Amino acid sequence: MHSIVHAALAAATVGLAGAALAQGSTMDDIAKYREMLADGNPAELLEAKGEDLWKKARGPKNASLEQCDMGLGPGKLEGAYAQLPRYFADTKKVMDAESRVVHCMVTLQGFKEEDVTKNWFSKPGRDSDIEALVTYIGAKSNGEKINVPARHPEEARMAKIGEQIFYRRSGPQDFSCAICHGQEGKRIRLQELGNLTTQAGAGTAMGNWPSYRVSQGAVWTMQRRLIDCMRQARWPEPKYLSDSVIALEVFLQKTASGTVMQTPGIKR
Amino acid sequence: MTRTIARIALAAAGLALLPGFAQAQKNAPNNDITAQAEQVFRSSFRADNPKYWMTRLDQDEAMRLCSQYRDNPPAKLRAQIEKAQMATIRYPVEGKLIGDWKEGEKLAAVGTGGHIGFIQPDPPGRLRGGNCYACHQLAKKEVAYGTIGPSLHHFGKLRGTSDEIVKYTYDKIYNSNAFTACTNMPRFGLHSWLTPEQITHIVAFLVDPESPVNKD
Repeated sequence: MHSIVHAALAAATVGLAGAALAQGSTMDDIAKYREMLADGNPAELLEAKGEDLWKKARGPKNASLEQCDMGLGPGKLEGAYAQLPRYFADTKKVMDAESRVVHCMVTLQGFKEEDVTKNWFSKPGRDSDIEALVTYIGAKSNGEKINVPARHPEEARMAKIGEQIFYRRSGPQDFSCAICHGQEGKRIRLQELGNLTTQAGAGTAMGNWPSYRVSQGAVWTMQRRLIDCMRQARWPEPKYLSDSVIALEVFLQKTASGTVMQTPGIKR
Repeated sequence: MTRTIARIALAAAGLALLPGFAQAQKNAPNNDITAQAEQVFRSSFRADNPKYWMTRLDQDEAMRLCSQYRDNPPAKLRAQIEKAQMATIRYPVEGKLIGDWKEGEKLAAVGTGGHIGFIQPDPPGRLRGGNCYACHQLAKKEVAYGTIGPSLHHFGKLRGTSDEIVKYTYDKIYNSNAFTACTNMPRFGLHSWLTPEQITHIVAFLVDPESPVNKD
């Protein structure tokens, strides 16, 4: 309930801040506006919903997700998100938080993968269980250091592939990730751009997800974030949980390792 | 034609002799990983993406080299890319390179168009602009400009409106890589993102003394 009041307040603040931003917008205004929202991040509602979904017996097997292994052992969630993606011996794959949750919903709860991933992101009037679960799991790493050393050969390979994709140019605008996110201190229109090739830049970019996006009125997961980057690059649409998105995550998390997570975050 | 080919061949032969090139080759990412990344990337897209969307992942020679050298190719290769890109530039039928600055001003501000996919595509036929303000300062009154590219405020005032400057401006927008291989700036004409006529409008916005780029 407390969170709901906060969320309503936050929504009201958005309107005010929007008006303030329209006249003489500066980075300071945006920072202040984030501060105002930080007290009542609407993502907290989703975090609570995710906790329910994690603990409740559901699916054809009528099981909860409490035995799900997110990388640190069954049910161990504290700090797990900060150490993802990682290699999982049971699937012989490098998996991120989202692919792992889906894996658990399929193996532990007996859901079909296509049913679980059908609503992988929310729209007005259509909730996403995955978004809620990942927000909950992410929050269990709040204050933890990102730690993806990518030492396993498969993780190292994925980090290298992610790096290659980061610099790969194509499409009708000749874009790559690097042209906007490979330099220090640049901005697009008024939006500051992180230099994702540095620890600090990658840390700022990675440490706040999942994040409530004010402009979208929804929490976005890392998959959603990166799939939308590809849309902005004017590329076709990647598959949800595809290896190129996971490879980019490994590359970015490896670069961000050592920085501290603050999640759920709040972004433009 | 044969002369060009001979030159390219000579240039290629020359590359191997340059110590700088050998160094860059050594620094170039390992081919095996490049091939693996290409395979992973290509197979990561939804199967129901129409074929013509998927062609957007194809790379021409410039894209391939810029990716390989992370936008910093060795000097010889850089010159080779710039020369090849210069040869792609096409001009409007009437040959007039300065259009209407008011049209150019509109195009400079439009950042929509060309988004595909199933989640949030642009509606068909949506105006595609140059989106110049995303990366450049232009008219003084527009404060929401990006800084990836240099400021172009007073572009014409500082450079004049000689035929040379006008042609350079047109060529740069048509194919930025003709001047700077692997620059961040898109090749608007080459990709038919903007028509030659639209490019002349943006040229006018940049050089016309009456344009807010130069007036204020």
